[in-house]
Order: sequence, then structure tokens, then C-alpha cells
Amino acid sequence: MSAHTVPNPLPHSKGGRTHEPFWWSLFSAGGVVAAFVMPVLIFLTGLAGAFGWGAAQEAFTYDHIANLISNPLIKIFLFVCVSLPLFHCAHRIRHSLVDVGLGGIKTPLAVVSYLSAAVLTVFCAFVLLRI
Amino acid sequence: MKPPLNRNMGSTWWLSRGAYFLIMLRELSAVFIAAYLVFFLICLYKVGQGPEAYGAYLRFLWSPGMILFHLVALAFALLHMVTWFNATPKAVRVWRGEERVPPALMIGPNYAVWAVITAFIIWVVLK
Repeated sequence: MSAHTVPNPLPHSKGGRTHEPFWWSLFSAGGVVAAFVMPVLIFLTGLAGAFGWGAAQEAFTYDHIANLISNPLIKIFLFVCVSLPLFHCAHRIRHSLVDVGLGGIKTPLAVVSYLSAAVLTVFCAFVLLRI
Repeated sequence: MKPPLNRNMGSTWWLSRGAYFLIMLRELSAVFIAAYLVFFLICLYKVGQGPEAYGAYLRFLWSPGMILFHLVALAFALLHMVTWFNATPKAVRVWRGEERVPPALMIGPNYAVWAVITAFIIWVVLK
């Protein structure tokens, strides 16, 4: 592919290789996961449990929750539910901060955002493997 | 030659129009989802530490201030869900023969799948 004939689709980028597609794919996958599971997770752990609605009182006892999380399938599910949305959030927060005028510290913002998501993802794997 | 893109928009452009404000609200959902995930991760960590640590953390997690946080986080999670699902036809254009599949037909199934997943997760946790 010749770089001279293909117009640069991103007028503000310098062209050439960029890592953006990689982060965007994580953003996109995380956005899908968050859309499907975040409302029900927040509802269950933050509200149903707190108000003891229905069977929620029983469900959040230590034995029941520890037993639930010890299931390998649930561990994989929880890992996906935490890690991908974290990268989604990191991507959104980074771009929004640039859009409200922090373009001057674009690179440090990107590093801090994705590094936070990566550290929390590793922590999540560590915590789940220990249970 | 195209004129150079003006990148200097200042920091309050999103207050100038309702549609821009809604975009910023949508972006803000990421802050609340990330914050929720941090609290959720700590909860998983406390489960690993044992019943006392878990019980103590639940008392914090279900305190009035945190219930308020979860209510706001839930509202933002729903905003993310609606804006994400409704953007599906913009992200993927599906054609059936010469005709484009109508946007509503692209959006609808998302909500159906969401309802099934939500019901399934509630069933797994509460059963």
C-alpha cells in the first residue's frame, strides 16, 4: 500500500502506525460487556443486597458468595466483567479529558489511564485465583 | 487545500448545547462504572480474606452514602446501555440485498438479549 495515494482518515493524527485501533477494540468490547452486565451487577451488589430484597439477604451471606465465586466459570465471567469494562472506561476518560482541554498532557493521560486498567486487571486475576 | 482543523475548543464547549451536554454525561458514565468496579474488586478481595473482612466490607458497601452512590452509578450504567445499544446501527450497517436493515431492527434485539442476560444473572446469584 502506498502512503502517498491513501488519504489520512484522521486529520489530526500524524499518520503512520498508531496504537489507537488496539485500544479502540478493547474500548468497544468493554462497552458491549458493560452495557449487558453493569446494570444488573450494580443492582444486585449495591441495591438488592443492601435492601435485602427477596432472596438477596440469603444470597449475600459469606458461604453462598464464596461458594458461588469458587466456580471456575463464574471466575472467568467475573474477570471478563471487570477487566474489559475497565479498559473501556480508561479509554473514555482519557479521550474526554483531552476533549475538555487537557490535550497538552495527552501522552501521560493515556499512560496513566491504561496502566490503571492493566494494574486493576492483574489484581482482579490475582484475587479470583486466590478464592 | 482544506483549512487547518481548529483544535482549540476550550474546555466548556459541552455546556453550549443540550446534545453536547448529553455526550458529556455519557462519557461521565465511565467514571461511575470504573468507580463501581473498584468497589466491586475490593469486595472480591475481602471475600478472599474471609467472613469477618467480607462482613465488615458489606456494612460499608451498604451504608446510606454508598447506596446513594450505587443509585447514581445504576443511572449512569443504564445511560451507557441505552446510548451503546442505540448506536449499533451507526457502528454496523447491515444490508439485506439492496436494502439496509432498518435501525430499529438492529437495536431491538440488544434489549431482548440484555433482558435474558439480566434475568439469568439474577437467577444464578439468588437461586
